[in-house]
Amino acid sequence: MTSLPPHKLLKEMTLTDVSVGYDGDAVVKNASFKLLEGQIGCLLGPSGCGKSTLLRAIAGFESLMVGEIRIDDEVIASQSHSVNPEHRFIGMVFQDIALFPHLTIAQNIAFGLSAWPKEAAQERVTYLLNLVGLSGFESRYPHSLSGGQQQRVALARAIAPKPKLLLMDEPFSGLDAKLREELVPDIRAILQHEKMSALLVTHDQMEAFAMADQVSVMSEGVIHQTGSPYQIYHRPETRFVASFIGHGDFLTATVCGPDCVHSDLGNIRGDLDHGFADNTQVDLLVRPDDILHDDDSEFVGVIVSKWFRGSHFLYRVKLSSGKVIYCFASSHHNHSVGQEIGLSVHLDHLVMFPR
Amino acid sequence: MAAMLIAAILALPILVVLVNVLIGDGEVWRHLYQTVLAEYISNSLLLMLGVGIGVLVIGVPCAWLTSMCDFPGRTLLSWALLLPMAVPAYIIAYTYTGVLDFAGPVQTFIRELTGWRYGEYWFFEIRSLGGAIAMLTLVLYPYVYLMSRAAFLEQSENTLEVSRTLGYSGRAVFFKLALPLARPAIVTGLTLALMETLADYGTVQYFSVNTFTTGILRTFYGFGDIAAASQLAGILLMFVAVLILLERYSRHRIRYHASGLKKASNRRMILKGSRGFIACIFCLLPILVGFLIPVGVLSYWAVFKAEMPGANFIQLAWNSFYLAAMASLIVVSLALILSYAIRLNNGKAVRTSVGIAGLGYALPGTIIAIGTIVPLAWLDHRIIDLVKHYSGERVGLIFSGTLVALLFAYTVRFMAVSLGAVQNGLGKIKPSMDMAGRSLGMSPFKVLTRIHIPLLKGSVLTAMLIVFVDVLKELPATLVLRPFNFNTLAVRAFELASDERLIDAAPASLMIVLVGLVPVILLSRSISSHLNKSK
Repeated sequence: MTSLPPHKLLKEMTLTDVSVGYDGDAVVKNASFKLLEGQIGCLLGPSGCGKSTLLRAIAGFESLMVGEIRIDDEVIASQSHSVNPEHRFIGMVFQDIALFPHLTIAQNIAFGLSAWPKEAAQERVTYLLNLVGLSGFESRYPHSLSGGQQQRVALARAIAPKPKLLLMDEPFSGLDAKLREELVPDIRAILQHEKMSALLVTHDQMEAFAMADQVSVMSEGVIHQTGSPYQIYHRPETRFVASFIGHGDFLTATVCGPDCVHSDLGNIRGDLDHGFADNTQVDLLVRPDDILHDDDSEFVGVIVSKWFRGSHFLYRVKLSSGKVIYCFASSHHNHSVGQEIGLSVHLDHLVMFPR
Repeated sequence: MAAMLIAAILALPILVVLVNVLIGDGEVWRHLYQTVLAEYISNSLLLMLGVGIGVLVIGVPCAWLTSMCDFPGRTLLSWALLLPMAVPAYIIAYTYTGVLDFAGPVQTFIRELTGWRYGEYWFFEIRSLGGAIAMLTLVLYPYVYLMSRAAFLEQSENTLEVSRTLGYSGRAVFFKLALPLARPAIVTGLTLALMETLADYGTVQYFSVNTFTTGILRTFYGFGDIAAASQLAGILLMFVAVLILLERYSRHRIRYHASGLKKASNRRMILKGSRGFIACIFCLLPILVGFLIPVGVLSYWAVFKAEMPGANFIQLAWNSFYLAAMASLIVVSLALILSYAIRLNNGKAVRTSVGIAGLGYALPGTIIAIGTIVPLAWLDHRIIDLVKHYSGERVGLIFSGTLVALLFAYTVRFMAVSLGAVQNGLGKIKPSMDMAGRSLGMSPFKVLTRIHIPLLKGSVLTAMLIVFVDVLKELPATLVLRPFNFNTLAVRAFELASDERLIDAAPASLMIVLVGLVPVILLSRSISSHLNKSK
């Protein structure tokens, strides 16, 4: 009996200036971030931004052009050196689930446990089946399970050998919306229960917000920002992050003080210094929840279109300058298209980009 | 690299024939043109026309009845309609000759009943163009049946129901909607049947109908005129090329015609009373004439009339068996190499190479035989000269006239079949499964043994089986390329039949048919399980 690899939790995974690509063409450029013990990270970006490639590089299926990936004290990949995927102790869940169709559910989960003593492996399989809520499915075959059940088995299979890190490549994209809503919190709970660090790849920001402690927003091979979902939404550092996450519009504005800008909607004050010099022309990010319907306001706009969202209305409003922005209003404030309404701005922190 | 090399070698026979057409000298051409060409072309065209009409008239209605209607015996009939595929055309041809010719039981019975004698009555002459059309139709209609049935079953029920709500009657739905939707599939089935018609040698030779295949072999054997034989093979190749293009085109169109909602229709039109009875008889007839009667006659001859199979027969069976087994091993190994080449490097060059390697399925055995023997004979003579030059010794033929040539020709001919099966199997092993295995701690070798081999086993075995049976049935290439005095079941059955010893040919024929049944049964099983899954 071969001895088991000692099970240790991940302390820290560090990516330093990682570039991945083919034929000298980098698909991922200078990616750097850290993932700490028990954290669930997320690579978020539109399709084709290189997020899956980066994930596969961490798993060991792509080699690095430059940079270094380090898990705890060990360099697992660099330009000249690469640990084989089977020796990295990194589990992976795939977009197309990829259960082995010729093996039963129990055999699928036990696939990575071939080095374990028989009883321990058996015990682990039973424990995991119970954890993912599929006890009694041991001897069924993958094709007889629903999509959601198959994804649970794939998760159990990936975490069975107690990997240091779990990678998930668009794990929910094949499932319908309702199933996804059920599965996402379940899987997050399972990962936390196992104290497993994980990295998720998705293009869906709601999924990223629901799963992740830390989100890295990617576009065209570059990581624009890494931070908590709150930071990503409210303190975007680049124009791409600002427009990719949530609804948002840019107002043309002129800096009129260390924490103040002048815009179509008057002077707006934030609670922090923004660092721009006076009279600089900037674009100011406004979210729909920053703009409120206010009959007493001196600033007005004409409603172009509107959506009823149950608890509130979402209006599209055209300002006198011709700029069109989103605006939330409580569902008691029912106005019709073409009507003029008063608007006021409520911003805590000014997010601005030079024009 | 390996893939491109294999593809280049497999493409050699076609290239040889093509080059011969291009460099052929005018003298040979003029001679062919003045003498036999017109007859070959008109006979081949008439044969294709007749068989084309025949397979459509049998194949399409049977497919419609078994897929869209319900009548007594439908389930059994729907797979039994595939049975004639197991019978090679030359075997059904001489079986019916034995039954229907002057000395056969049918005419003898008529004479005894009426007292007429030879020449005093008219009877259908089976050894004619019409007879050949009938025989080929009987064993080739399953191609059309199979393709059009699949198309009918995939037609979304909703599409058909929508047209009913728009005021079309059942019959109008068939002609206005179901048939046009299924047309690409029907054309594909038709082109497959016509390719087989062009490739047929045994039937037309036995019935003395002069077509390209018989012409090629006669020119080659009778006159030893390789140049003229290659010229003829080249013209035949053009016919085939047209069919290949037509087939590719209609396969392409099938994808556009497939509706998004794939659902086996579960509400069939129920045919009651006499209509059900007629439908049942209509579907039963092709099975009866194309399979039950000939196999019954063959069994009767083999068991009660023929010489007891002796050591000679066992030798024949062994020859056939090991030839087929070796061919299937070689073909499937190469197919595995090619398929993995595509999987590992999905570049355009590799894809094209594999496409070329799979072209042989459309080529008649005679073309491949000519295209094989010409370069191999050339190579042999160069080697003989070379050895003689350096050592003064004389060596025999190394490739041509040996099993190497035969196995090479089989590989060219049957590569496509096994490529299809292997790629189908490999396609089910998604790349992410390899990665899942690796991330769960398996080395690449373990991924191969624990994931790929168990998952591929089924399709590899299927591929081997299909190639095995096809080699067993193959006649013209074997006839041309076999080593001197080396016989197989198919060749012996054909020789005995040509010597008018129809009854003695029965044991070998029966054996070929019975072995040929295995893939047909597999096919029908895979179809029914496919349908069950989609329900």
